Amino acid sequence: MVEFSMTHAWLVPLLPFLAFAVIVFLTRPWKMLSALVSVGAMAAGFVISAYAAYGVFTSHSLIEKSLEYSVRWFSMPGLNIDVGVKLDPTSAMMLFMVTLVASLIQIYSIGYMRGEKGFSTFFAYMSLFGASMLLLVISSNLLEMFVAWEGVGLCSYLLIGFYNHKISAREAAKKAFVTCRIADFGLLLGMLALQIIFGTLNITELGEKIANFELYTNAATLTLVAVLVFLGPIGKSGQFPLHVWLPDAMEGPTPVSALIHAATMVVAGVYLVGRMLFMFLEVPEAQQLVAVTGAFTALFAASIALTQREIKRILAYSTISQLGYMMLALGVGSLTASMFHLWTHAFFKALMFLAAGSVLTALHHKADIWEMGGLIKKMPVTGATFAVGGLAIAGIPPFAGFWSKDEILSLTLSGGHPVLFFMAALTAFLTAFYMWRLIFLAFFGKEKPENHPQESPPVMTVPLLILAFLSLVGGLVGTPWFPFWGEWIRFGEFHHAAPDYTVMILSVILGVIGIGLAYKMYVKDVSAEQRLAERFRPVYTLLYNKYYIDEIYMWFNHTLVDGAAKAMYLFDIYVVDGIFINGIGAITRDTGSALRVFQTGRLQNYALVFFLGVLAVAVILAITGPAPAGLVWGGVR
Amino acid sequence: MSVNLSLISLEIATAAFGLALLVLGLIVPKTGRTGFGSLTTLGLIGLLGLSFTLWNNQGSLYDGIYIVDRYAVFFKQIFLAAAIMVAMGSMRYVDEMGAQAEYYSMLVFATLGMMVMASAGDFITLYLGLELMTIAFIILVCYKRLDAKSVEAGIKYVLLAGLSSAVLLFGLSLVYGLTGTVTILKVTWAFLTPGAFSPALLLGVVMLVAGLGFKISAVPFHMWAPDIYEGAPTPITAFLAAGSKAASFAILLRVFAAGLAGVWENWAMLVAILAGVTIIVGNLVAIPQTNIKRMLAYSSIAQAGYILVGLVTASPAGIKAVIFYSFLYIFATIGAFTVVSHFYTVTGSDEIKDYAGLSQRSPLMAAVLVVAMLSMAGIPPLAGFVGKFYLFQTVVENYLWLAFIGLIMSMVSVYYYLMVSLVMYRDQPADTTPIAVPYPVAVTLIVAMVLTLFIGIYPNPVAKIVNAAAMSFFMLQ
Repeated sequence: MVEFSMTHAWLVPLLPFLAFAVIVFLTRPWKMLSALVSVGAMAAGFVISAYAAYGVFTSHSLIEKSLEYSVRWFSMPGLNIDVGVKLDPTSAMMLFMVTLVASLIQIYSIGYMRGEKGFSTFFAYMSLFGASMLLLVISSNLLEMFVAWEGVGLCSYLLIGFYNHKISAREAAKKAFVTCRIADFGLLLGMLALQIIFGTLNITELGEKIANFELYTNAATLTLVAVLVFLGPIGKSGQFPLHVWLPDAMEGPTPVSALIHAATMVVAGVYLVGRMLFMFLEVPEAQQLVAVTGAFTALFAASIALTQREIKRILAYSTISQLGYMMLALGVGSLTASMFHLWTHAFFKALMFLAAGSVLTALHHKADIWEMGGLIKKMPVTGATFAVGGLAIAGIPPFAGFWSKDEILSLTLSGGHPVLFFMAALTAFLTAFYMWRLIFLAFFGKEKPENHPQESPPVMTVPLLILAFLSLVGGLVGTPWFPFWGEWIRFGEFHHAAPDYTVMILSVILGVIGIGLAYKMYVKDVSAEQRLAERFRPVYTLLYNKYYIDEIYMWFNHTLVDGAAKAMYLFDIYVVDGIFINGIGAITRDTGSALRVFQTGRLQNYALVFFLGVLAVAVILAITGPAPAGLVWGGVR
Repeated sequence: MSVNLSLISLEIATAAFGLALLVLGLIVPKTGRTGFGSLTTLGLIGLLGLSFTLWNNQGSLYDGIYIVDRYAVFFKQIFLAAAIMVAMGSMRYVDEMGAQAEYYSMLVFATLGMMVMASAGDFITLYLGLELMTIAFIILVCYKRLDAKSVEAGIKYVLLAGLSSAVLLFGLSLVYGLTGTVTILKVTWAFLTPGAFSPALLLGVVMLVAGLGFKISAVPFHMWAPDIYEGAPTPITAFLAAGSKAASFAILLRVFAAGLAGVWENWAMLVAILAGVTIIVGNLVAIPQTNIKRMLAYSSIAQAGYILVGLVTASPAGIKAVIFYSFLYIFATIGAFTVVSHFYTVTGSDEIKDYAGLSQRSPLMAAVLVVAMLSMAGIPPLAGFVGKFYLFQTVVENYLWLAFIGLIMSMVSVYYYLMVSLVMYRDQPADTTPIAVPYPVAVTLIVAMVLTLFIGIYPNPVAKIVNAAAMSFFMLQ
């Protein structure tokens, strides 16, 4: 079975894809059956992934040389594109994590989406979403990965806009799609450049060739290519300045948000950079860009999250912030730390989103945390599991987030980036604060009499409990004393770093202070935020309005883009359409009609044309062929 | 000399099958004459199965008169696939005309003629195959004996095909006179010596171009096609456009890319110009058409121009492109014509304006028609895109203008193809009754659509087979 799973890893994305097809074409009228098909396919994928992961994590040779197999997709002179599977510890870990989290989210969705219109369609899209992400994970080729990448983008569009009767949902879906498309254009250009320069898009071959890139191109060009490629992840992984779509993406049903934020969509960007890390490490400027973007995004998003009021919006900004951490880790050159944080984050973020969904169901979609309060009494499981997630993201040991965040912090410091370290540490403090602000406001304090919360059914709480368990223990695979993770998932040599107790203690202290401050401000003295907001009104407004980024984009679009569009529109109407299109169109049509006149239907005419044709052919031949031309014009030999 | 009869087992079986159908039609009493369509379909599928045994059984008979290489076998499979789809798509249509065994028997004989053409290694065999196919087609074109249009088309076809045959024979005899042989292989050798070009050969090439150009409906020898395509029973139009054209290309390649390869530089430019003119005229005249069969007829003239592009360089890549395009083209063509044929059976109309709202009356038919037409226009990810890519890739280097003509005219073609789509999807139908699609027709349509999509998305398996076929074409020289 292990052997089979490793050589048939392509089944993992294929099964959910088949589930998608089966639901769309066959089982759509039967809701529960559709859900079962979807969950079943994902669970089967999980089983295969688990076996494959077991196989990968027991054969040491795969760390240096991944298991690859492929079929030729198409070929033409100078361009051969394969589709294939690249199985190494990184992709095996991702397969395992994505199928696990996606299965849990789908099971949860059965409860969450009960009675919704389009229940089957929802599961079809969820399956397609999972299939695209899994294909992206196992791709051995950048073009193959790009297809999956766009598939992920398409599914996010479909699912964010799932409640398409709501204008806000439609707008959010469009925003997500367009923002990512802008970024993808950069990625596409980067891929084209890679194909032109190195003549391949196979990741492994690129790795070999880029190691000696001087043979093909200079460092400046490669830096440019790396930056172009990085544009894609900036969009997909919600890095500044293309993060704007991610907070709006919560317009979709909550399980979708969980899937987007935890396991599928947004980590795709991080994963791509991780896959291409060999390129970024060759050009220090590009690497620096990744690190700075990550650190800045982490801090930037965390500061916005401080003042937000909607539960899912806070979680969305926290995702952006955590993705910043992952990018930062890649920027300082550590695949290990980045993937480790991706792994732990997947569990606690999926957990928190699903718990938030449970809250929203109980409160009939009232999302403002100031209108909640004391929910833990009526919803003990949801509250407790959310708190586990909160402890994990705040970096309290032994929860999962502590280990991965600590590794990023200590690597940033030891890598010689004091400024970035300071930003990351500050983010850690802010994270603990805003997350516990949410928890204290929503689950503790006074109960609001107008709310009548009820604990969700087991189909929703059991996935929560499983995820809570994983958020608790998921980090133990990579502690400084048991560096299993770093030994397997790495780029370059394995260094066993001694535990850095200074950073460790510092990050715990920051987390505890953050939680403590939140406790003081939101449990002991509830009006504290009010007073602070009044004292620092401009700052508070700036943060509350998310630095007005959306408004700036809006202004830019309304004046520059719309203005340019209007000018071009007029040009189009009067010059292009008026002169060229209609002119050419008229000529084309008239020529067609004129030629039609020859088609008289009379046999004699046809025969005449035939012989005229023979004559014409003879003339053309006499003019164009070298030998006949010589015969006709140059006399007979 | 021992004769390896297994090489022509496919032709023997096909001939026997055609005769059997004819005889069965005589013995079965008039009331019981149904099921010939199914029988023909099954028989043809059996023949297709048989053809796979020949893939690894190559050779030539009678000193190169009859060549069975992978090139020939693959073309035969194309013809059989086309014939199967036409037979399935015909069932309703023929039932309306009265179930008649002769129709299917002629279909099989036309297929046999095509097979002989694909394998022809000398001029006599080539001509025999060509005439066998043409005569069967003449009968099929005027099969609706009581329909004036059909009969008119038949008469026109007889006369014009006779004319073209005469010209072709004249050309062949000139080549024979120059070389003293009718075997294509020996003709090839005769022309390999430098300075082989003579005024008589010039005349011969002109005649060959005209005679074969008629069969593939290249401009200016295309005049017959729209009238006959329109008048013929629609399934026959499909077979004419797909099968007859593919078979004619099979011999065109044998005669020019093999037989006249030695004097290639003399006719390359001529073929390039013919291809360009055919593409332009076919696409332009398609625009003002209001009858869908005529529109598709002109579109198929344009398609012939595209395929002709592959002959210009007479290179392995060009041959491969021609075979590849001939293969994918039958699915798009037969898919489109089967929709037209079934639409006519139900509504009695071929006018484009009557296709209004077809997407509501039969989503399958509308979808197949759109996919088929967009494939012909070369829109990715459909098969036509890949096919055109292979074709034009061969001329980009030395005949860039031709590639440009192809590109621009493909854009023009999108206009008239999408006009039909617009009518089907935007307009409201005058009559909203859904159109039921019977089982065999539905199978034909779905096969055509799925293959058009599949080849477009994943061309590699077919490209590999085509490559093997193209390689075998050059091996025998």
